[in-house]
Amino acid sequence: MTKNVVLGVGNILLSDEGVGVRVVEALASDHWPDNVELIDGGTCGMELLEQLEDLDLLIIVDCVRGGRPPGTPVVLRGAAVPVFFRTKLSPHQVSLSDVLATLELTGKAPRHTVIIGIEPASLALGMELTPTVAARLPELLALTRGELATHGLLAGRSA
Amino acid sequence: MSKRITVDPITRIEGHLRVDVEIEGGHVKKAWSSGQMWRGVENILIGRDPRDAWAITQRICGVCTTVHALVSVRTVENALQLEIPVNAQYIRNMILLAHTIHDHIVHFYHLSALDWVDVVSALKADPDKAAALAQSLSSWGGNSKTEFRKVQEKLKGFVGTGQLGIFTNGYWGHPAMKLSPEVNLLAAVHYLQALEVQRYANKIVAILGSKTPHIQNVAVGGVANALNVNAQSVLTMERLLAVREWMLKLQDFVQNVYLVDVAAIGAFYADWTRYGRGIVDYLSVPEYPLDGKGAQFAQPGGHIADGKLDSFHAIKSYGDPYFTDGVSEAVKHSWYDYKGGNDISLHPFKGETKPNYTDFQDDGKYSWLKSPTFYGKPMQVGPLARVLGMLAGGHEGATKYATHTLDLVSSLAGAKVGVEAMHSTIGRHAARAIDCNVHVDELLRQWELLITNMGKGDFATFNPPEFPKGEQRGVGFLEAPRGTLSHWVVIDSGKIANYQCVVPTTWNAAPRNEKDQPGAYEACLVGNPVADPEQPLEVLRTVHSFDPCLACAVHVVDEEKRPVVTVRAA
Repeated sequence: MTKNVVLGVGNILLSDEGVGVRVVEALASDHWPDNVELIDGGTCGMELLEQLEDLDLLIIVDCVRGGRPPGTPVVLRGAAVPVFFRTKLSPHQVSLSDVLATLELTGKAPRHTVIIGIEPASLALGMELTPTVAARLPELLALTRGELATHGLLAGRSA
Repeated sequence: MSKRITVDPITRIEGHLRVDVEIEGGHVKKAWSSGQMWRGVENILIGRDPRDAWAITQRICGVCTTVHALVSVRTVENALQLEIPVNAQYIRNMILLAHTIHDHIVHFYHLSALDWVDVVSALKADPDKAAALAQSLSSWGGNSKTEFRKVQEKLKGFVGTGQLGIFTNGYWGHPAMKLSPEVNLLAAVHYLQALEVQRYANKIVAILGSKTPHIQNVAVGGVANALNVNAQSVLTMERLLAVREWMLKLQDFVQNVYLVDVAAIGAFYADWTRYGRGIVDYLSVPEYPLDGKGAQFAQPGGHIADGKLDSFHAIKSYGDPYFTDGVSEAVKHSWYDYKGGNDISLHPFKGETKPNYTDFQDDGKYSWLKSPTFYGKPMQVGPLARVLGMLAGGHEGATKYATHTLDLVSSLAGAKVGVEAMHSTIGRHAARAIDCNVHVDELLRQWELLITNMGKGDFATFNPPEFPKGEQRGVGFLEAPRGTLSHWVVIDSGKIANYQCVVPTTWNAAPRNEKDQPGAYEACLVGNPVADPEQPLEVLRTVHSFDPCLACAVHVVDEEKRPVVTVRAA
């Protein structure tokens, strides 16, 4: 059986920063096959390592800063996915690129990694998404479901 | 002429830690540590139910989720004077112990080792000689020639092609890198093994905390783990036995690999016992409560003045006024204003958070961190403070492992190295390894205590809290991996009226205080050598030795690799 993960990351205390976690929360109301795991990764780094080992598909949902207009959805795959160790002062900077590099180093990297993201409108303090990003949440959900579907992973509606 | 270096690794958003140093004659003359993001997270808590605070505070920080959750429930329990069942203490203790062990292993091998270990040099090592060296130092099962050859081949696959790939950002070949190729290979082998071993600590947190990365089992009044020797879906004997197996695996690694590696690297870099002394006033709190109310602890904690162990003043219990009366915070060099003027400092219960951003002013305001003091003096917190506190308080395990570590360093370095060498950059790494060993032994002990207590027929894990009308104030403290963490709450008729977090990195990374005294990072950096201002590896070594962590995690995908260091002549 394949092993697949949708990982929502971000800080839910900083408005749009938490969008990845919000997507995973929304997906959790569907009924997914046993080989799909939904993880609320928060802002964690190396703690996530074990759950991300030997995957067939890793979908990371996150807010992505790339200078696009706020609320623009972004899909990164292949060489666009950052995989390298970063010079850092603190473990907070153990970013996903480090976690992915570590998986590469231990020979346990996912076969496919896709980042589904959205350009944030605000990273101000607050537990709600901005209206700009909240309005695009259905699109992010559709992109995530679509990515899962191309790997044959479909949700049944829960009762 | 002096040169000014700014190390500011977060480039996309204004977050995290920035360190500025002024270099003259190859050494740091002056340093500034700046928190670059406003942490007003406490404001989110005002008006909420105190029973929910832990679930929100654990989101403050991606590395320290667990410690904010645990200290938050301690804080509210302190306000209510609520005792909790001892089983709940044991379970919380095991979670905190396993979390700390995980953090120390990952910090040393993943974040710090590459400051001292040159991965590229490891490719030139004779793997058989490296394995023989490793075997002479320890009985660890992962030191075979086969293993060393295998890892070297693997590294060649990553870095031998000329494309450094995942290792693009290291300071390879830097003049401050001094280990032989064989020692570099030894460290690289253990780096990979550490990645395997860290999972056991994480699994313990996951089983006891019901979930990882964010634990779900804590509650004001105890824990939500149902204890039952047989039933499924609760903490059964079968699960508890599995947890014990993982503890033993961790013990093997931290005793036979981590501590030995730190001693070996420390012996080769013995000159680094001369750098990074800085502030030698140390603060820690007692940890691992052994009763329901926090009057007895497994590890002592308190204040050490001027590096002298015989000055140790113990903090004795939760709510001990020696701790709660001693803390205050200044904003003279922070981007805030106090109503009463900026040359005063305020107790956390009277804390004000009115921002006044001025841009980075060397002699004025330059940080979002406040500057905490203990009875008016800046402190160093963290594993070094904790280990020295334990030594001063006569803790048996800490004494044993400190003696063992210093003896090992002395024999490898060929010179006597004593406790005084620990007030240093490399000493902080040694202290962390000693601390980790004390923690593993304590983890096994807490497991025994839980099983013994269950054997007496006590399965209680929760005492329900009651919120009286009117105001209550509470202080919770905890020794997090990085040092003393405290939360401060004011509750009014069941709702949070004020909440403040004084986190370990605020103590260590603080800017100058109201008397212009520097914080621990700033003081420790002065005198550091810097061979190449474009590659300030030595600055990173000293800052990393604290295991910095600014409690304001942001986690955005960065599409670009950008430089992290800017250098200008000043």
